[in-house]
Amino acid sequence: MDPIHQFQITPLYRIGKIGPVDLVFTNSALFMLITVAIIAIVLLVPTAGRALVPGRLQSIAEMAYEFVANTIRTTAGPEGMMYFPLVFSLFMFILVANVMGLIPGAFTVTSQIIITVALALLVFVIVVVVGIARNGLSFFKIFVPSGVPVYILPLVVALEVFSFLIRPVSHSVRLFANMLAGHITLKVFGGFVIMLGAAGIVGWVGAALPVIMIVALTALELLVAFLQAYVFAILTCIYLKDTLHPGH
Amino acid sequence: METIAAATLAKYIGAGIACIGMGGAGIGVGTIFGNYLAAALRNPSAAQGQFGNLIFGFAVTEALGIFSLLIALMLLFVV
Repeated sequence: MDPIHQFQITPLYRIGKIGPVDLVFTNSALFMLITVAIIAIVLLVPTAGRALVPGRLQSIAEMAYEFVANTIRTTAGPEGMMYFPLVFSLFMFILVANVMGLIPGAFTVTSQIIITVALALLVFVIVVVVGIARNGLSFFKIFVPSGVPVYILPLVVALEVFSFLIRPVSHSVRLFANMLAGHITLKVFGGFVIMLGAAGIVGWVGAALPVIMIVALTALELLVAFLQAYVFAILTCIYLKDTLHPGH
Repeated sequence: METIAAATLAKYIGAGIACIGMGGAGIGVGTIFGNYLAAALRNPSAAQGQFGNLIFGFAVTEALGIFSLLIALMLLFVV
């Protein structure tokens, strides 16, 4: 009945202690492995034959490739394709993890903030490191927009620096909060069904309403699961664009 | 004991107040999608090209609502 209970991390297998770290194989790690396994199977097995006329599964792999490649080309430009492996991995991992979390009883990996923070910090560190490695000190031009009058420049630079530093926070919390809120809402409506169902025959009729609501919410959550993976990927592209052309 | 109870009370009230900020983000997201739909109905052929901008504007606007949700969650579970 507790709507938060679904986010509980339970240890499945204790590997042992390494120094101060207690290594435990948890249900979170299990579902991450399943996510990666699904992606690997969907991408590797059907494309092994490399049929000229793609079958059903090969079409899925090709559509996923085309979708992410188009996103990168339109947001980061053709040069952005050098980041394709990163963006594609992030998009597929988040998409499959989100959609798999909708299966009743499954654990939603992306509803844990530690995982979304790890993904967002990965993007942030790559932007800083690759940006400075490619452009040198001219990378810091991203904080100085061109065409701004001198007298308001200090304020604009301060704002740009702040918005640059806040990026990993909004990038990670957006995905985490969307997944958390959606799953809590589903569980709260599930709780209504149980409460009404316990009230006898009259309650069973009333319980039909929250059941219909759950079906509608699950459809909405499916949209959110896809949209948040897309938003994460498109923001990654926009952040990575700074490493290609700083100062625009 | 009294001060602890008062602090808990203030924590929950603060979390509730922080959630008001999400209403502003709701207005913003509604404005973005509403204006996109209005523009898409006027010129459907140009709509597809602006989908990326739509999602970007939605994400940036939503971030501000997420910050107030973050404050509420921090008040509830961290402080």
